[in-house]
Amino acid sequence: MCLAVPLRIVEIDGNEALAELDGVKMKVRIDLIKDLKVGDYVYVHAGFAINKLDEKLAKENIELIKEVANAAKVQRL
Amino acid sequence: MQLKFNDYKSISDIVEFIKNYSKKNIKIMEICGTHTMSIAKSGIRSILPNNVKLISGPGCPVCVTAITRIDEILSLVQNKDIIITTFGDMLKVPGSVDRMSLSTLKSMGAKVEIVYSAMDALTIAEKNPDYEVVFLGIGFETTAPGTAIAIKEAKAKNIKNFSVFSLHKFVEPALRALLNSDDFDVDAFICPGHVSAILGIKGFEFLAKEYKKPSVITGFEPEDIIVAIYKIIMQFEKNFAIIENEYLRVVTYEGNKIAQDVMNEVFEPVDDIWRGIGLIPKSGMGIRGYYSEYDAVKKFNIKLDYQEKTTVCKCGEVIKGMLQPNECPLFAKVCSPENPVGPCMVSSEGACAAYYKYLRI
Amino acid sequence: MEDIITLDFGSGGKKTSQLIEEVIVPAFSNDTLNSLMDGAILNGYKKIAFSTDSFVISPYFFPGGDIGKLAVCGTVNDILMCGAIPKYLSLSFILEEGFKIEDLKVIVNSIKEMADVCNVKIVTGDTKVVEKGKGDGIYINTSGIGFIEVESYGKDKIEDGDVVIVTGSVGDHGIAVMSARNNFFVDSSIKSDCMPLINLANIIFKYGDKVKIMRDPTRGGLATTLNEFVEGTSFSIELFEDKIPIRKEVLAACEVLGIDPLYSANEGKIVLIVAKDIAQALLSDIKNLPEGKEAAIIGNVTSSYKGVVVLKTGIGGSRILNKLTGAQLPRIC
Repeated sequence: MCLAVPLRIVEIDGNEALAELDGVKMKVRIDLIKDLKVGDYVYVHAGFAINKLDEKLAKENIELIKEVANAAKVQRL
Repeated sequence: MQLKFNDYKSISDIVEFIKNYSKKNIKIMEICGTHTMSIAKSGIRSILPNNVKLISGPGCPVCVTAITRIDEILSLVQNKDIIITTFGDMLKVPGSVDRMSLSTLKSMGAKVEIVYSAMDALTIAEKNPDYEVVFLGIGFETTAPGTAIAIKEAKAKNIKNFSVFSLHKFVEPALRALLNSDDFDVDAFICPGHVSAILGIKGFEFLAKEYKKPSVITGFEPEDIIVAIYKIIMQFEKNFAIIENEYLRVVTYEGNKIAQDVMNEVFEPVDDIWRGIGLIPKSGMGIRGYYSEYDAVKKFNIKLDYQEKTTVCKCGEVIKGMLQPNECPLFAKVCSPENPVGPCMVSSEGACAAYYKYLRI
Repeated sequence: MEDIITLDFGSGGKKTSQLIEEVIVPAFSNDTLNSLMDGAILNGYKKIAFSTDSFVISPYFFPGGDIGKLAVCGTVNDILMCGAIPKYLSLSFILEEGFKIEDLKVIVNSIKEMADVCNVKIVTGDTKVVEKGKGDGIYINTSGIGFIEVESYGKDKIEDGDVVIVTGSVGDHGIAVMSARNNFFVDSSIKSDCMPLINLANIIFKYGDKVKIMRDPTRGGLATTLNEFVEGTSFSIELFEDKIPIRKEVLAACEVLGIDPLYSANEGKIVLIVAKDIAQALLSDIKNLPEGKEAAIIGNVTSSYKGVVVLKTGIGGSRILNKLTGAQLPRIC
């Protein structure tokens, strides 16, 4: 029920920020996130940032997928 | 930061495993309409073995909006002093009369504007002081906090010509209603990644803790969903029933407390009707008294009907997982994306629309 | 069919086809019109291609061009797709009362510049004005004549094993215009790909009947055009998702708005079906042009299914890629 896309914060002005992805820039509201800095990544849904992306967790997510891929490979052998 | 998982070759090992899995019959419900859409788009159904079934659930806000609510919206549109602002998703949903929709009324001159955000609707109100601007608030807990912010800002700025027709709903009561019914036959759940971003893992752990259903919260990329299906199969094999979080980059245990608080500040649980399911107590989001001047239902005296209109459309059974889209007698005959009878076909994430795109191979 | 024209009838998808096939063509039915090619091939001193197109785009100034540039490229490209070299255009304006003459001058200048680039002459025209409220600023119609170079293009030439080539990235124009119309984005780098296809077409013409059919995938996008190639035939197209070139900013904008780039219009690309034995050579020739450097082989024709386009997805699954049904709308779900 929710399309949300990760974007990088490039400017902050009160409750509004300018966020960017691959050359596309848009205004987003950041009322729902605290302690946001320029350079942070957020997931944006319907014009609102709904969470801040943590780099460590992003890496862990990729590791998780790789682990599952390895496990699946082993299962098949 | 690496955002996309690009190594599809390693995914192929998981895909092959799933393709060849034949040990048990598993019915998995993907609760969220955006998952239905991603599954359709990435062709995941075509790699499932016959014993693993994916069933689309009630998490498509357009699909679960009762037809009587659509009719209520369409009568509002007839008022020439009102500008309706809506997400694009609602534009083509037909009401009960002559398949009229916001789109057809717009073609006939009604003022209907598509917006990307509730804040855009508020901006339209500020720029058009001679009109009343009504925003159609659809969506679940991911979207409702944004609508709440718009209402709060309207009050703070004393904007008088703005109101919201809240069709927002809570996911949990609908899931409980389904799980408590005798004919609901689903073994596991793929849980919505972005609702979980707001509610946290704690918002969905009841599925495993109380109802003993293996559940995985996952994202919307093909690899996220494939991993979720694999994890569900693994739980099944080990007779586990726990809630797992695949969507580490977005979902935490507690969720987004600021969003939860603002949603609860502006909205309160009210009884609401869900298409195909009927009345579910405390499942809708009503606007609280403090913000009632922004409630379009009060402002325009909308008489909300709590009786569902019966139609030949079987969307209700589809979203309960009782019927696959192609088992509906109307599917691909009378009802198709260009001539949709019901919301499951209108909505790009509706089960029937998604099925239509993959089935006909 | 409904009683009134809705916007979906203009989207270039199934509803547009329905309007043409049920209301318009039957009134004028003749062999040439019934083939519903991008232009008509007529007898004369030399075979002539004749095409017409109307332009109602809003906003009329958009990143990458304006309605004037589009009006020339649109008809020039349709004539090229028939296998003809465009020579003459007619130019008609319908202007709304209140439209700024300054804007008209800019548009007229774009038309002149593009006509010079395309080596076509504007030889006749018309201008009308309608009352304020009865138009949308400016509408333009161009009709064009070109002389046939290659006579053999057609759906009936498609065969099992043929290869599908696209001359560059897809979806640019549609998303550029949608973004400009609604101001979704700030300082967007997404530009329309509006341009004349003359250089590309000249290369393709050299391959004669080894090229089975070609079209510029305008409204309805790549997916709709490919469906038009095979619907009603005993062939299907197998398309490979990871081979389709899409610019990253187009993909990003589409993801934000929930739009599918395969259904977003292009105004400067060609999709063509060609014989397998010359596919690589033709692809190399296309890639040697600056406008063709992103060209790619994206699929092939099979007789595994009938009349459908099947997309093989990145994870190895498959799904039907239907024609566009109605206009794409931004969504949140």
